[in-house]
Parts: sequence; structure tokens; C-alpha cells
Amino acid sequence: MDTLKDKACIVGVGESAFTRGSGKTELRLMLEASLAAIGDAGLKPHDIDGIVGPPIGSVAEHFAANLGIEDLRFATTVHMGGASPVVSLQAAAMAVASGIATNVLIPLGWNGYSSNPVRGGGARAETGEKPMPEPNPMMNTIGAFYLPYGATVPVQWYAWLATRHKHLYGTPFETMGAIAVNGRANAHLNEKAMMRGRPLTMDDYLAARWVSYPFRLYDCCLETDAACAVVVTSAEQARDLKHPPVYISGVAEGHPYPADDIPARPDPFVIGLSFAAPKAFAMAGVTHKDVDFLEVYDCFTYVVMLQIEAMGFCKRGEIKDFITPELIRLGGELPLNTHGGLLSEAHVWGMNHIVEAARQLRRQCGPRQVKDAEIGLVTGWGDFGDGGLAILRR
Amino acid sequence: MADKMYKLPTPRVGGYSAEFYKFCKDHELRFQRCTGCGAWRHIPRDMCAKCGSFEFEWARSKGRGKVFSWTTAHQPMMAQFAAHIPYSPVIVELDEGVRMVTWLTGVKPEELELAMPVEVVFDDVTPDVSLPKFRRAA
Ligand SMILES: [Zn+2]
Repeated sequence: MDTLKDKACIVGVGESAFTRGSGKTELRLMLEASLAAIGDAGLKPHDIDGIVGPPIGSVAEHFAANLGIEDLRFATTVHMGGASPVVSLQAAAMAVASGIATNVLIPLGWNGYSSNPVRGGGARAETGEKPMPEPNPMMNTIGAFYLPYGATVPVQWYAWLATRHKHLYGTPFETMGAIAVNGRANAHLNEKAMMRGRPLTMDDYLAARWVSYPFRLYDCCLETDAACAVVVTSAEQARDLKHPPVYISGVAEGHPYPADDIPARPDPFVIGLSFAAPKAFAMAGVTHKDVDFLEVYDCFTYVVMLQIEAMGFCKRGEIKDFITPELIRLGGELPLNTHGGLLSEAHVWGMNHIVEAARQLRRQCGPRQVKDAEIGLVTGWGDFGDGGLAILRR
Repeated sequence: MADKMYKLPTPRVGGYSAEFYKFCKDHELRFQRCTGCGAWRHIPRDMCAKCGSFEFEWARSKGRGKVFSWTTAHQPMMAQFAAHIPYSPVIVELDEGVRMVTWLTGVKPEELELAMPVEVVFDDVTPDVSLPKFRRAA
């Protein structure tokens, strides 16, 4: 095996209900999504023999015990925050390509709305659920050096990157707004989207209150109680399953240096994707021009822009000229976040981006279907800028 | 002056970070400097990533630097900070090359700009904790 290219496929995708107030444990949400994904693949729960567990909430063995998987041959977890889903695809592809496992389940979900500590942590209090401790070197940095100055959440940390880039390269707020408005427009064509039926104009965007400069309200993702799951299997087995296989053609992870402190980075715009993108494109054997649509992790608008630059779709500092509403809309040359993304569909750590990409490549997306979609690109971003990138094809 | 009523969180420290703040208590801004190759580093770590040495000293910074980036928080994410809104967590790049998160004193959020020259001042927030902050320099 000299490369992972096209050795593994996404064959099942599914999700729980997307709500604000699930009243269920995070494990329960993920089990519901898992059953949906396994059923979508045409498999039974006991067919699963590998699990890439979520970086929060539960571990693989919780899933195996509930799903009745007696011989769990492969269990691991990727601790890369919002980059975990895409990088979990890499782990699953490695497992099935090497024969260690046959059908790998990747579940991820949370009570992102009702357990948010800023809001008082309601749902966990109701269900008695205790979050699993997160082994993460970021937490030492934050506690010792960011906390005393009130920089404790992602919107503040990533704003440091956005402020410097914006002031160095003169990026207007309208570029950020174009991403927010685009996501909202796509959400109107998505029955599951939390923001369906709530239009957003550039004027609305610019008039919204500040959260943390340079981020206003609509630069920021939603908070959702939601879970998604996907099932990965080998290319051989995928051909006999229910839906057309979605091939994992190129996949890679990357970590900024150092990963556990944003200020210390020699070049703050060298992010995880800067390292991952050349590897994923080389593995897939495609160029940027071959990509039919992008599902880019959109915790905040500017984070999308930094990723698009880091992947080489345009040069450093040129994002303000590259992103236009015409380019990124459905029907444009490079449709972006066709489901509405974390900004307007739901916040499922980007697992919903993988689900959407798979459905686009199966051509199941109805009014928001990217015409003749053959190749889609999905990114993940998390934990101070870790990155994952998957190039998928039908 | 020490404020007995200081309500904001103080640093959660252990090991090297406790040493960093011990120097701050004495109004000295010190960072690790590798005694093998001379490289400064922050946040503190066991090893010099440049040369692999475990040996270091806590070298005193001149305390002068420039604004590298910032954000201005308009929505409190911890209740304690509500009284301080809007406030700006700023990244300062010291002349020695290391960067740190801090607050500026006497600078309004709208006056912030990249490369603004600043110098360290210490704020004795509790009898036990002094936080390094910065003010505009000439
Ligand atoms: Zn050294």
C-alpha cells in the first residue's frame, strides 16, 4: 500500500435532530446519529468493527457497548477539536486500507447550545451527564497566560489572527460578510438548517453587534445540540452497498507550530492546513481547479478566509480579491458551505460538513445540489488552528 | 495598589508558569532563555526547540515591545469580566522576540494599531499576584 488514495469510502451518513435544547445526553445524540449512518450504509450495528470516538463526551467503548459490537477491532480518538472529524476520516481510511477493520464508525455530537458554560450548562445539569476530561495542552496555556486577561474562548483567540491579517492586508468587513450572507442563503435550501427562513443581508451583517472585534454577531457560528456520524469502509466492500461510494481520494492532517500557543508562532498564518493541503492534493492527484465545491470549517468567517489562503486557492493577503458573492454562491465557480455551515446550518464540529459533502457527491441535495459535482473538498479547524483536509470524489 | 476586592481570575499556575509569575511579583519580566544557544522562549517549556538543550536561565526582558495583534471583547464570556467590557486582550511582541498576551493601560480599544510601541508595567492585583501589563511608549 503506497498511498491511501481511493482505498476507503464514505458509505453511510446520518444525524440526530438539530435543536436548541435536546433534553438528551450527548452520547444519546451520537447513538441516534450512528444508527442513522449505519442504516444509510445498509449495514447493521454489529457490522461495525472500528470506531473513531469523539474528542468530547464519550469514548469508543461507550458506542461498542450500546451498539452490541462484541469484537471491536479498532478504537482510537483524534484530539484536534473541530479538525477531529476530517482527521478521523484519515484514521478510518488507514484502518480499512490496512485490513485492521472493515466498517469504521465516526460519531461526533454535543449539546453545544444547552450545555454551553456561558449559558449556565443546563442540559448536562438536567441529564446528570459529566463531560469526559479533555487531554489538551492548550488548557495549561489558557489557564496560566490567557485567562487573567479574559481571553478564554475561541472567538477571542481566533480574532487575534483575524485582526492582524485584516490590518496587514486591508481586508474589508464585506469579505467576511460575504461568507456569512452566503451561508445563510444556502441554509434556506436546507430543511435541517437552524437558520432556514431567517434571511441575512450585508446591511444586517454590518449592523450587528460586536462580539469580539473584528467579529460581529454573524461572523460567529451557531451553538447547537446535534450529532452526526459517518461510516467508512473499503473500496471493495463499498461497491456492494446501498449508495454510490464516496471515495476518500486525498486526506491529511496538519498542526500549527507550536500548536499549544497562538502568540508564539513565528508566522501566525501558517496553520494546520498549510501543512495538510499539499499532501492531500498530491495524494488525490488533483489541482485546485478540479474542485467543484468547498465545505470549509466556519466557526468564524475569517477562519474560512485564512484556510482558503493556506490551502493555496489564492495568495497570502489576496482573500479580499478572491472571495466574491458570485464565486462562492450555489451556481458559482466555487460553491462554499452549501448546507449553510456552522454559521447557518448547525454546529456539529464540522461533521456536518462531511455529511453534506458526501450527499452532494451522491447528488442527493435537491434544491442546493451542486450541478455535476464530482470532487468536493472538506476542511476541519480546531484547537488553536489544527487542520484536516479531505478531498472526496464520487 | 493591591485591591482586596479583585474579582478577575488570577493565573492558574504550576511548575514553570509559577516561576514566571513569581518574578512578576517582584516586578521583573523574565522569560526562559536557553543557555545552550541563547534562544528566548515563551510559553515556558522543558526543552529548547532550537537546539534540544534542557538548560536555561530566567533572563530579564527589557520590557519593551510592539503591539502584534489584539481583539476587543464586547460580550463577557466569563461573568467576572462583565464590568470591564469592552476590554482588549492584546498580543505584545517583546524586543527579545517572544510574544505574550496582556492588557494595555491608558489606551482605548479604538486607538490600538499594529506595531504601537509599548513598555511593561506591573499591576499588583492581589497581595500575591502582579500581572504584567503594558503602556504606550515613546
Ligand atoms: Zn537552545
